[in-house]
Amino acid sequence: MRAFTTIDGLVAPMDRANVDTDAIIPKQFLKSIKKSGFGPNLFDEWRYLDIGEPGQDCSTRPENPDFVLNQPRYRGAEILLARENFGCGSSREHAPWALDDFGIRVIIAPSFAEIFHGNCFKNGLLPIVLAPATVSRMFRETEDIEGYRLRVDLATETITTPLGDRIPFTVDPFRKDCLLRGLDDIGLTLRHEADIRDYERRRRAVEPWLFG
Amino acid sequence: MTARTLYEKLWASHLVREEADGTALLYIDRHLVNEVTSAQAFEGLRIGGRKPWRIDTVLATADHNVPTTAARASGIDDPISRLQVDTLDANCRELGIRQYGMLDPLQGIVHVIGPELGATLPGMTVVCGDSHTTTHGAFAALAFGIGTSEVEHVLASQCLLTRKLKSMRINVTGRLPTGITAKDIVLAVIGRIGTAGGTGYAIEFAGPAIRALSMEGRMTVCNMAIEAGARCGLVAVDDTTIRYLEGRPSAPTGDAWAQAAAFWRTLASDADARFDREVTLDAGEIEPQVTWGTSPEMVTRIGGRVPDPSREADPVRREGMRRALSYMGLAADTPIAEIRIDKVFIGSCTNARIEDLRAAAEVARGRQVADTVRQALVVPGSGAVKRQAEAEGLDRIFVAAGFEWREPGCSMCLGMNDDRLAAGERCASTSNRNFEGRQGAGGRTHLVSPAMAAAAAIAGHFVDVRHF
Ligand code: SF4
Repeated sequence: MRAFTTIDGLVAPMDRANVDTDAIIPKQFLKSIKKSGFGPNLFDEWRYLDIGEPGQDCSTRPENPDFVLNQPRYRGAEILLARENFGCGSSREHAPWALDDFGIRVIIAPSFAEIFHGNCFKNGLLPIVLAPATVSRMFRETEDIEGYRLRVDLATETITTPLGDRIPFTVDPFRKDCLLRGLDDIGLTLRHEADIRDYERRRRAVEPWLFG
Repeated sequence: MTARTLYEKLWASHLVREEADGTALLYIDRHLVNEVTSAQAFEGLRIGGRKPWRIDTVLATADHNVPTTAARASGIDDPISRLQVDTLDANCRELGIRQYGMLDPLQGIVHVIGPELGATLPGMTVVCGDSHTTTHGAFAALAFGIGTSEVEHVLASQCLLTRKLKSMRINVTGRLPTGITAKDIVLAVIGRIGTAGGTGYAIEFAGPAIRALSMEGRMTVCNMAIEAGARCGLVAVDDTTIRYLEGRPSAPTGDAWAQAAAFWRTLASDADARFDREVTLDAGEIEPQVTWGTSPEMVTRIGGRVPDPSREADPVRREGMRRALSYMGLAADTPIAEIRIDKVFIGSCTNARIEDLRAAAEVARGRQVADTVRQALVVPGSGAVKRQAEAEGLDRIFVAAGFEWREPGCSMCLGMNDDRLAAGERCASTSNRNFEGRQGAGGRTHLVSPAMAAAAAIAGHFVDVRHF
């Protein structure tokens, strides 16, 4: 996994609550058996005026000019500002794959749906939970200040705004460590192989019918 | 010993190790696999040069992409869908995974066939790369959806890295009135606590109205725990659980059965166990539920009206309601019973079990689908449900009434196959998500129980099934 240290990125505001994974990447694109190439279909139904199908060349499709990520001032955003319960719905990891492929590295919201939240870390994306009032202030500043960028430093767990404010955030220490070092969960777990075998022996004694 | 909740018992019995910071390695007993979220995991395993840890715990089926018409016998037309299903077949063959392929008589939606086969047992941890894995919690199994990276992680290590959840108990007291179903209970719960109300929690559903539900009903309730934001739903073991499991193909037999059943009976929260949050609902007050918006929490009773956003004080919620009404093509204050529908979908892992089809057939018997309804689909959850329904003559009732009787699969729950809503079409659906575009781009979904869906098909608009 790619390591995450510091991002100094343009912010795009997605001002709606409960943005679900069907909106992030609609189901027709889940048919791919790859992990890459989902970026052009991120938020497909909101982003384009026509109906997207897999395998299409998206560069010639009509864009919805009202959609936030299509607005010139937010092009190239790496940080997505969102509202409550971002990423609710299905477990599809295609959602973080699509955000990542599009170029988003950080998502800031008052709350996230859990499966999505966990899936972000596994793909090098940083979801940051901030107090609703702080998020609302960032929404205002993003609208007021064209080219609003945030500097997100994972090691010190701080965000610096263009106005010089330093906003602390916290990340689960294990997740932080994995992200900073780009560590793969499976490799970490398999270091405990002996513990897993031990566990299986103990459990078999109690619930033998589970071990055919 | 201190009193423990059911969740705490399941958590403790699966803990391989726990770090000081609370990160835990949890052992997984059953891994269900579908075609949509597994290809990248199998590929990752291959790239990493890793072998599956315990292949006997894996059970696979193709459900999302499969056609539901008789044409499935000649294969899938859409090359991209076909590749996904073929990839699962190939991975299962290569690794020796037990699979129910598209043409297998036992194929079906993974959350329907797991319990049906007895592959979901009390006291297990059950995972699947699908959020509705919560369904299996009806058996007092710790069951939750995972992402593709975790599918790979479980394949490789039989474990998951996770953290302990908080616990919530939802007590449904009293008795469920006639005509009110498990679906109405869970929609009412979501209406009460909201789609994020369960975030961070394992929810245990308890109380006399839950105890009185069949296993099918309990599965419907747990299925939608995820729509309340909860990672998992649980129901304690009782006679109903044990009776359901006895004789299932993968359930233990002989001495092992007696030993297992005795153990399973310990899988309930202790009398004085403490929960982080408790919610109580009176079943006697629940009425048939219908969603009006684009989130399952946007729900009301059949006698209600579409709410007026201008009466909502919270600005973010108000805007969400406005957007939902505009997407749904509904005006504030419209009586729910006046909303006309174009299509009906009876199916999905929420409501495609035998009991659901019986309830819908009961309403459809001797009646006709309204002329204004373009399509009314009945899609059984599995091959076994389909055969059972046919043995009971339910298929003939549906077909005589003008419903289409299909082959098992996810179908119009999310329309990854050809069963979809066209833009602007309005559907009475027994599925679990009414998100924008869920059943087809621009499609409008109203979530209801099977009986309510069948009644809407006949009337052409929503109608109170209790007076039907
Ligand atoms: S029926 Fe619907 S919710 Fe259930 S597994 Fe299939 S797509 Fe998912």
